[in-house]
Amino acid sequence: MNWQTLATQLFPGGHDIVERDNFLSGSAQVDGQTVAVIGTTEHVPIGIEIALAQAQAILETVQAHPGRPILILVDTQGQRLRHRDEMLGINSYMAHLGKCVDLARRRGHAVIGLVYDQALSGGFITSGLIASACYALPQATIRVMGLPAMARITKVPEERLTELARDNPVFAPGPENYLRMGGLHGIWADDLAARLVEALASCAMEDGRMALGLERGGRLLAQPVAEAVRTGGHVRPA
Amino acid sequence: MSSYLELTARQRIPAIFDPGSFEELLPPSARVVSPHLAQLDAPVSFDDGVVVGRGLLDGRVVFGAAQEGGFMGGAVGEVHGAKLVGMLRRAIDERAHAVLLLLESGGVRLHEANAGLIAVSEVMRAMLDARAADIPVVALVGGANGCFGGMGISARCANTVIMSEEGRLAMSGPEVIETANGVEEFDSRDRALVWRTTGGKHRYLLGDCQVLVPDDTAAFRAAAVQAIADIRAGSASLTLEGLLDEQAMLARRLLDTAGLADPVDVWRQLGVPDPGAVPMLEADAFMQLAAPYRAGGQR
Repeated sequence: MNWQTLATQLFPGGHDIVERDNFLSGSAQVDGQTVAVIGTTEHVPIGIEIALAQAQAILETVQAHPGRPILILVDTQGQRLRHRDEMLGINSYMAHLGKCVDLARRRGHAVIGLVYDQALSGGFITSGLIASACYALPQATIRVMGLPAMARITKVPEERLTELARDNPVFAPGPENYLRMGGLHGIWADDLAARLVEALASCAMEDGRMALGLERGGRLLAQPVAEAVRTGGHVRPA
Repeated sequence: MSSYLELTARQRIPAIFDPGSFEELLPPSARVVSPHLAQLDAPVSFDDGVVVGRGLLDGRVVFGAAQEGGFMGGAVGEVHGAKLVGMLRRAIDERAHAVLLLLESGGVRLHEANAGLIAVSEVMRAMLDARAADIPVVALVGGANGCFGGMGISARCANTVIMSEEGRLAMSGPEVIETANGVEEFDSRDRALVWRTTGGKHRYLLGDCQVLVPDDTAAFRAAAVQAIADIRAGSASLTLEGLLDEQAMLARRLLDTAGLADPVDVWRQLGVPDPGAVPMLEADAFMQLAAPYRAGGQR
């Protein structure tokens, strides 16, 4: 879905989002309150400039509009794979973005992520995945890495990975798998405006994704393992 | 000198923490292994590649973790990530003096793709939860496998990053970039270029690593003790002022390096005299030379 269509459906009350070099920013009216919107479009790779622009927009929101909810619209093919980005420390730019989101959360901003097209690893981990809650549209794809690079690193043949990506929950890119594992809080199939209002109202501070993954049956060990380490108990597989 | 680089995770723990003080949580005897590796016929490990627990550092209760680069490159799977998160949460429960992360990881364990990605994001949030509870989080990067991918991001969520020259800190590995954009973009076999681009000296000069030490366990330990004391003299939490400073530093870096393609050019731009000689310097000599030219690092 293109971002204009998405924005029209999400914000019947109107918005002033603008796109510049695939970076989205602006504000929108949601159920009578103003929401800050940042994001990316056209599956743009997240390089150091766009990570910094997103961080800047979040810091400006924290400074100028304390408590204003923040919606992050995710569409990226992942981190930019260039020598220059690595040389200048793209991990630091990504971490900075993540820390800005975290600061906003702790200062009382509800932060919601929405994967409306593609999400991939590095572009996702410090946007949707560090928001207080992340949602996706049903057509969204979420993955960790392109299969050729994955095959080269894991030494698992690409054909085998392609086969696994078809229906294995750990490898398949559909949002349902992320939902079951707790990585997504929900999938918005219709009436996006109403879903957004609900999401903002139910946004929690704590990271409850392991418990969600256990409850939904998609990630059975994470929660018991973390609890066993935390309390000194034993891991009881569900 | 006792090399940090050459040790396993299990050897590093007693070399960094006070001798005999470390109590491992969920040790290998608990036999908790990855639920995802069998389908790829990949071997499992009874600690899933990470040691977590609680020990003493210079007499104070410090929680810690050490990733084992020898098992799947230290990469984070479902169990590995959950152990880190559980340890960080317990450090908060017990009001630990600090958390030390001995990082050596390729990032998300690709064999557990989706589950690993979520796990790394949970580790990041748990680290920031510890900092928000005013518990210093210090990352040590000096293993042979470096610190990449999501763990390269996580390292920079710590208050302080301590590296050796041999340590590497980045996001996408050179092989991934070469696979995506060709050998002209990044020649992963050019070891000197790889080290210039991702190694400790470059990260120190840029301001992304706060302390550079020789490849020596005693040096890492001493730097960790000092870093924790320095952090505790202020606050471990993220602040708006701190992040505005970091925003300014990262923006300045983009402007200052426009058009530069090699780390040596970046060092020259920073004012480092004879930047071509930087790779050959010992850590102590390098620190003396570099300190005045280093870009301001944020904690």
